[in-house]
Amino acid sequence: MVQYNKQYPTPRPDVNEDTIDYWMLMQETKQLHVQKCKNCGTYSHPPRPVCHNCRQFKLEWVPTTGKGTVYSYVIYYRSVHPGFEVPYEVVLVELEEGVRIISNMIDCKPDEIYIGMPVEVVVDQVWEDLALPKFKRRNT
Amino acid sequence: MENLCDKTAIVGIGRTEISRNCGRTELKMATEAILDAVEDAGLNIEDIDGMINYTMDTAEQIEIVRSLGIPNLSFFSKTPYGGGGSCGTIAHAAAAVHAGLANYVVCVRSIRDASAPVKIGDFDTSKSSYNSDVYWGMYLPYGLITPVSWIGMFTQRYMHEYGIQDGAFFPIAQVARENANRNPHALFYNRPLTYEEYMDSPMNVTPLRRHDCCVNVDGAVAIIVTTADRAQHLKQRPAYISGVSQGMSTNGEQMTSFYRPDITGYPEIEEYGKKIFKMAGVTPQDIDVAQFYDAFSSEIPMQLEALGFVSKGEGVAYCEGGHRIRPDGELPINTSGGLMSEGYVHGMNLIAEGVRQIRGTSTTQIKDAELSLVTGGPGVPTGGLILKRR
Repeated sequence: MVQYNKQYPTPRPDVNEDTIDYWMLMQETKQLHVQKCKNCGTYSHPPRPVCHNCRQFKLEWVPTTGKGTVYSYVIYYRSVHPGFEVPYEVVLVELEEGVRIISNMIDCKPDEIYIGMPVEVVVDQVWEDLALPKFKRRNT
Repeated sequence: MENLCDKTAIVGIGRTEISRNCGRTELKMATEAILDAVEDAGLNIEDIDGMINYTMDTAEQIEIVRSLGIPNLSFFSKTPYGGGGSCGTIAHAAAAVHAGLANYVVCVRSIRDASAPVKIGDFDTSKSSYNSDVYWGMYLPYGLITPVSWIGMFTQRYMHEYGIQDGAFFPIAQVARENANRNPHALFYNRPLTYEEYMDSPMNVTPLRRHDCCVNVDGAVAIIVTTADRAQHLKQRPAYISGVSQGMSTNGEQMTSFYRPDITGYPEIEEYGKKIFKMAGVTPQDIDVAQFYDAFSSEIPMQLEALGFVSKGEGVAYCEGGHRIRPDGELPINTSGGLMSEGYVHGMNLIAEGVRQIRGTSTTQIKDAELSLVTGGPGVPTGGLILKRR
């Protein structure tokens, strides 16, 4: 899990009209939402302005089950940012909906993580006005 | 479509030294490399009428033109996506001279990664993007910040899918280092690399350790492209451009293309590979020597697979022991030491080495090399190049 050194602010996401709803929905509903096409049902993540499958501008935000598995991961041993205490892991989670998302774990040491590990989403209220979706172990 | 095969050629190569502290600007290094390339080609600086560099170059083209007193450029462009743009510069240049938009195009990259006053890592810690691209917002807040972590994410999955063990990338780092030990221009000319040193080196970002990674350097390389007709009357043996293409495939991002069905391969490399081999009318088995973009060791087996030298999942086994990729092997690679051991001049130095192999002037010369492959950076929109001696 990432431990922040609060002396050094860590990056907040830049947003624009294509992505702001992703972060606002996380903050307001405390649930992870991704885009789904009303026309063809294709899920999209990270956010984009148009469905890449059918080219319709009919993407809507839908809540996910929040369940997934670790698809890949890395562990930082060499510090590149003083706000993140090393070692820490970054995981690539594949959600049940089929989309993947980059995140951190909140309940594991880096060396406990493995590909295929079942995980579920949790809300990490990193800033008062902005939460990051993160993951914890899921019992199966 | 008209085939560009052998209609254009590289006729000049130039460079500065590779160092960890050049003590001068990117602009000055760019001008030095260009003058060196002009001299190498037997041209005058007034002959240069086209220029291509990277979007990441801080040496602005207008400043280069002003500094060198180049009278006029009739063609200029830039290639995006970092090291993915290396062979792209040659694609733009070849297209431009073949179309008659310019006669002598110089491609240049001047990089000061090691000693620049501002570099990656020296940033406002709360800064949320490198260049206002919103997509960084999905990565930087989680501490996924540096190229080694982006390539590490692909590599971890690749190792998982094909059962690749820790240490398996060693022969790649070793062969690059052996070649650098014959190249006085290389950053690691005087530094051999043993298995013990490799395995004892610290993990940088798992699964990549220090010696799986290139090191930041300062340096510049310039390459001059013209038509085959003009090339025949110049000073050097031409390196004919037999195949060249860029590739940008769907559902990718700059270094974080983690959303495709399979992330153990690179579709943009497969696509440009098909194009350049078809354009050149050759197969991977015909290639005599190759310079693979190797910012990280794992990029080489994945490129061997994507370009069809081996089947999926066989890249690491191909490199095992290093004998196939050494100078006396079936596919000698990275004969100047590559980015990992000659230096990370962002891929442009690999093109220069590809040309030296055609001319017969490499410090690790492959005898009678006729077809020389050069590749651009994986994980981004990229490109590749096949050079020919004839």
